[in-house]
Amino acid sequence: MQIQDFEKIFQGKIDTEIKIEPKDWMPDAYRKTNVRQISQHAHSEVVGMLPEGNWISRAPSLKRKAILLAKVQDEAGHGLYLYSAAETLGVSRDEMIEQLLTGKAKYSSIFNYPTLTWADMGAVGWLVDGAAILNQVMLCRTSYGPYARAMVRICKEESFHQRQGFEILLVLSKGTPEQKAMCQDAINRWWWPSLMMFGPKDTESTNSDQSMKWKIKRKTNDELRQQFVDMVVGQIKVLGMTLPDADLKWNEERNHYDFGEIDWNEFWAVVKGNGPCNKERLDARNKAHAEGAWVREAAMAYAEKKSKKLERKVA
Amino acid sequence: MNNLIIKQYYGDYGEIETGAASTTSAETGWPLWEVFIRSKQGLDHKHAGSLHAADAQMAIENARDVYTRRMEGVSIWVVESKHITASNPDEAGELYEPAIDKVYRHPTFYDLPDEVGHM
Ligand SMILES: [Fe+2]
Ligand SMILES: [Fe+2]
Repeated sequence: MQIQDFEKIFQGKIDTEIKIEPKDWMPDAYRKTNVRQISQHAHSEVVGMLPEGNWISRAPSLKRKAILLAKVQDEAGHGLYLYSAAETLGVSRDEMIEQLLTGKAKYSSIFNYPTLTWADMGAVGWLVDGAAILNQVMLCRTSYGPYARAMVRICKEESFHQRQGFEILLVLSKGTPEQKAMCQDAINRWWWPSLMMFGPKDTESTNSDQSMKWKIKRKTNDELRQQFVDMVVGQIKVLGMTLPDADLKWNEERNHYDFGEIDWNEFWAVVKGNGPCNKERLDARNKAHAEGAWVREAAMAYAEKKSKKLERKVA
Repeated sequence: MNNLIIKQYYGDYGEIETGAASTTSAETGWPLWEVFIRSKQGLDHKHAGSLHAADAQMAIENARDVYTRRMEGVSIWVVESKHITASNPDEAGELYEPAIDKVYRHPTFYDLPDEVGHM
């Protein structure tokens, strides 16, 4: 068979909604795109633990501390599911970790913003996890089997993240004037970066929609972003708060909310590494990795010693 | 082919330098394990995912931490991934085709009068 025949069979499977599995033939570019996207997604889950980890020791009650701890632990699990999915494509865990630690690999820019107050835990859960969920629900149907299965698992856990965030804000929104102000401030700071999570505008790119054709993605950035805006506008009314966008208004014709222009200069600055916390995040990951080295080595040494003992017993 | 996929989608933040990264797998060498979980007494163990661990004991403990935080399981199996032999999808034709022309293996092959009732 010629390579074109393989490609035809491959695209045929995609078109008829048959999942691609690790040992199936796939175009190199499909493999590469998936490795890049899945590993970046994994890195985002892992780095995403940092802004929230920042508040675990300062959560206002034992209940909130337990919830936040559980959420951050979930994110570690998400990172693991995704790294495992990427590994099925032939990239090693250590290679991916090295790409993250050296700054060669990217992760979601949203985690390069600081979490300044307790209300940020609410805004992050509601808006940041909320935005991520829309992407992840779509990815439950992505064409690469292991990625899709990881997403199904992740989506089951995510809805708690968004709900606990909204609840934090709900409590603050009914609190003292200071608490209300803190709630509004967090929403103001997280709104625009959350919209940026969906990436550049569809018109920004003149390249072909290969990811769509391969059904890695099924919705465009703008479609997902619009879905997010429509969802949040409804929910913020419950909080009695406002979104920091004067251009936000219902468009009868489109049957969607119109919203203002994103600051694309800020978007690209953060992507290129000049966000408020890019350096801090990478430093924290490198520190954790270096300080954990002795644990990894000790565990391996112990395992080897044990298996040698077992061998001797058998002999 | 590569220049077709530069379009930046949500969750795809553009090209990273691959290839340049030297694998450091020698650093830890924790092997990969496949995890199988019985979700409920009476059901089969089902593949849940995989993870790295130094030994079987640690693999079980890690599996408990990542795959059963919400009571998803009552029993865990782990096996080092290298011990799993998988069939080759390219040979699926030879492997499964012989079954296609043996329709008489299915109950619907037999045309019985209605009077027989449910059988
Ligand atoms: Fe997550
Ligand atoms: Fe989450």
